[in-house]
Order: sequence, then C-alpha cells, then structure tokens
Amino acid sequence: MKILVTVKEVATVEDEFEIDGTAIDERFLGADLNEWDDYAIEAAVQLQEDGIADEVVTVTIGPEDAEQTIRQALAKGADRAIRVWDDALADVDLLDVGAKTELLQAVVEDEDPDLVLTGVQSGDDSFGATGVSLADAIDTQWAAVVNDLEVDPDAGTASVHRELEGGVEELTEIDLPAVLTIQTGINEPRYASLRGIRQAQRKPLDHQTLADLGVDDGAVDGDLELTDMYEPETETDVTVFEGSAEETAGDLADLLREKGVEA
Amino acid sequence: MSDVLAIADHRRGELRDVSYELLTAGRDLADETGGDLHVAVVSGPVDEYAEKLDREGVDAVHTVDYGEEFNHDVYTQAITQLYDALAPQYVLAPNSVNGLDYAPAVANRLDLPLVTDVVDLAVDGDALVATREMYGGKVETTTELAADAAAVTIRSGEWPAAEGTGDATVEAFDVDIDEDAIGSTVTGFEEVAGGDVDITDADVLVSVGRGIDEEENLELIFDLAEAMDATVSSSRPIVDNGWLPPNRQVGQSGKVVTPDVYVAIGISGAVQHVAGMKGSETIVAINTDPNAPIMDIADYAIHDDLFDVVPALTEEFQ
Repeated sequence: MKILVTVKEVATVEDEFEIDGTAIDERFLGADLNEWDDYAIEAAVQLQEDGIADEVVTVTIGPEDAEQTIRQALAKGADRAIRVWDDALADVDLLDVGAKTELLQAVVEDEDPDLVLTGVQSGDDSFGATGVSLADAIDTQWAAVVNDLEVDPDAGTASVHRELEGGVEELTEIDLPAVLTIQTGINEPRYASLRGIRQAQRKPLDHQTLADLGVDDGAVDGDLELTDMYEPETETDVTVFEGSAEETAGDLADLLREKGVEA
Repeated sequence: MSDVLAIADHRRGELRDVSYELLTAGRDLADETGGDLHVAVVSGPVDEYAEKLDREGVDAVHTVDYGEEFNHDVYTQAITQLYDALAPQYVLAPNSVNGLDYAPAVANRLDLPLVTDVVDLAVDGDALVATREMYGGKVETTTELAADAAAVTIRSGEWPAAEGTGDATVEAFDVDIDEDAIGSTVTGFEEVAGGDVDITDADVLVSVGRGIDEEENLELIFDLAEAMDATVSSSRPIVDNGWLPPNRQVGQSGKVVTPDVYVAIGISGAVQHVAGMKGSETIVAINTDPNAPIMDIADYAIHDDLFDVVPALTEEFQ
C-alpha cells in the first residue's frame, strides 16, 4: 500500500505584528510545518512501521524555501517528497481550494496512492476543505476530521472515528482508496532522530512545475481575491492588572475572593 | 438565479443550533440578491425538522427522506440534485464537522468556488464579500468572490438564530440516490472518555493551555486549583498531548462550560476554545501575549509570564 501525505509549510505570526496591505509584514512572519500535517505524517509512518504501507510519499505546494519543512517530514520517516511550484504560483495571493485540488489531483494521478492523508486544516488560511475536495476530484472515498484510524488492507476498508462537536465521535467504515483529513491528537507525532535527519538529506525530493503536471496556468488563478486584512476589534473592555507578578497576583486574588473563591 | 439554498445540520434526532443561524445568514444574503431562501434538510425525521425550520424569512423547505443519520455520499448526491433543480446562486452550509465532510465535495462536483468558516457575508455589486479569520484568529480578512455562484460554509455562533413561524412551502424532494456510489457507512457513535471529573459542574475552573510548555509544569496548575478549591480544565493541545484526559477539554469538540469564574492560563483563545467557555460569568486571562484572542472576551487579565504569576497566586490562597 502506498500513502500520499500532503504537507504544508505554514506562515506563523509573532505576537506583535504589523499588517502591510493584505498581508502580514514579512518581518513578523516565520515558517513551520503545519501542525495538523505533523499528525498526518505520523499516522502514515505508523502504518508503514506496522507493515501496512510500503511507501510514504509527501506532496507540498510551496517554494524552494519550503524544502526545510519537507525535510522534516522525510526525517520523520517519509520515503520521498514531491514539491509543486511554479512562477505562476508565486504571483497568487491566496491559493483557493479549487486550485489546490487541481494541483494535488494531478499528483495523485501520477502517484496512484491507496490512501491520501491530509491535515484537517492549515494553521494560516484554515479553509479545512482541500482534502474532501480532492477526494471528490479523484473519485475516491473520504472522511473529514479523523481522530482514530485502522486500515484493513485485505478487506480494502478503513475504520475511522470522526471527531464531531461536543465530545461525540462518529464511527465510520469507508472503502479504500480514500482521502482522510487527520485531526490533532490522533497520535503523538515523533521528533526526528539525528539518524533520520541525516537520512532525510539523501532522500529524493522532486520539484514539479505546472507543465510537468500537465496543469494549465489558469487553473491556479481561482475566484477568490483577498481584499482586506485587519486586526479584529476587541469586543470587551478587559481590566488589566499591572505591576510585578506579586502585585498582579495580589490584585487578582482580591478580585477572586470578591467573586466567592475561597481557599 | 438569485436564490439561496441553505443546508440544515442535524445529529441523532436533533437539529443543531447552527441550522437556525443558517436561516438568518441565508435570509440576509437572499435580501441582498433579491432572491428566495430555500432550506434543505437531508435524512432523519425530515417532516419534523421541516416544521421546526419553517421560521420567519424562509420561503421553501425541501425534505430529502433518505436514511437516518448523516452520510456524506447521500448529502453530496442530494445537494447536487437540489442545486440542479433549484439553480440557486449561493449554497450555504454550516462549517460544522459534517459540513466540512460534504461541502467541499459538493463545491467540487458543481465546480463552484468555495469559501469556508465565514463570519460575515455581504454582496457588493456582482461580488460576494466574505469575512473570515486567518492565522488562528490573529487577523480578519475580507475575500471577494467574483463568480456567478458559490458555496459558503458559515461559522456557528456568528449569526443570531432565526425566530418566529414562517409560511414556507414544504416539499418532499424526489431524490435519486445511486447506492453504488455510497462507499461509507456510519456504524455508531461514541462519547469521549469520561472519568469522575465533570468540568461542566464546577463553579470555578482553572484552565490550562499550550503556554504551560511541559507536562511536569501542570503541577503548578493543580497546586493553584487545590489552593482555590477549583477544578482543572484545559484547552485542546493539552489533551492532544495526552497530558490530561478528554473529559477535561473545554471547547467545540470538548465540553461547554459556564462556571462563575474561569481562569484561562496560557490559553490563546482560539475560536474553538472560546465556543466552549464564553458563557462563563467572569473570565480571567493570564497570558504573556496582550494580543491573544482570549483578551477579547476576558473581563480581567494579567499580561505576564504564567510561571511567575501562578505560583504567586497560589501563595495568595494558601
């Protein structure tokens, strides 16, 4: 069984930041492996260790800078990586779900995986929709927000728990091949070992352009345009206690006693 | 083509609150496009649901009587067929766990642009203007869709629930479900691990988040809770890490709590967390980040390191 894991490098924002037009000023941005994808990678690597998967391939839509994040996934146990990037993508402000679907669809058609694992959402634009959209595009089954997974390769099925709201999980059986969007907490993502980090440097990481994938430039334009970005208005007037930790703790303790908290 | 089609959300025999919020969002949007508001309810006791969904502003309710519980294959087929029959301009779905299990598939199948987790909607000329958050709520953005039609999922709790009784037509929609295309089966439901602690029953909650850094630091929080005679709860990352059991989790996928006092320690206040605790009477936040979203709903705050403040606060109550 072959597993394809979508891996995104997301932008992270410092506590204090400034907005420049419709983007966060680059000075306040960092980059990291998308938190949800870390769990998806771990789920795939565990299936490989259990002898269920033979190969784990990652796919990333991102510029060359993202290779550091891709190497993290390789260091954790993925076998090889595909990075999709093109000058046509560099000009796009906000890559929408439809565009991501088309790019990933082309990769799936090349790779023909039995299982695709994605994170539930990305920490930056948080559409939470690409996995399910992709499943429909490649005409396979899917399950969104999976927090428990068992694969039965002989039966060609997966048993999943979908994490619904309010502490309820839905138990679902689905036919393979399938796309599963993986929720945080499904497993304990590993840290890469030093040996893994060394090996990752030698693992294949292929760059593919739109032309390589046979995708038209126009496919990535999308219908969504980011027109404004601003800090949300604060809705309540918070009373802030000032001073040293002892002073603020003292003030807060006085308040809490007023509210009926007692030792 | 100016109508709005809203898809109701239900689970285990109950319409979920977001269904009534969808009616308000749908009516507002239909007023801007000058169209009708159609509501669809798929699976379950649809006639009973239709009666409840007939609130002010709803023009038509379409029932799809097929199966009991949510199944994404049935939903995707039913909504695609409703779309073909009704030709609405916009499809509105809830940004619920189930909404995210069919809306992207529907959008892909109908070749509609999709915008998810929207907190506000407006129409500007030919464009749909959607307000949504990015970077975990640190910023809000507006996104314009210059398409003739679109699919949108809306965040729960952002629109008021529709009220009153409407005079909608209720029609059974004649759906043609291809059973060969159903590749998933819901076999049951499970409540998350229980245990003795019931955080929904506590008057005072000391709640801990990612800021605590390490599992062994939780001792600081338990010491404080003991000194204050409070119960310990947490945000999602603490449970994801396996440091506390799921029954301690406050938030959308955990428990909804309404204590007299909620002390959020090292919790940034992502919307999923806030959904579970915003009904608390007094909210206190201890966090180094003065811009953390938790500050928007906190009544009192200390912008300082929890590792300095928490021990000092514990001492106050000893």
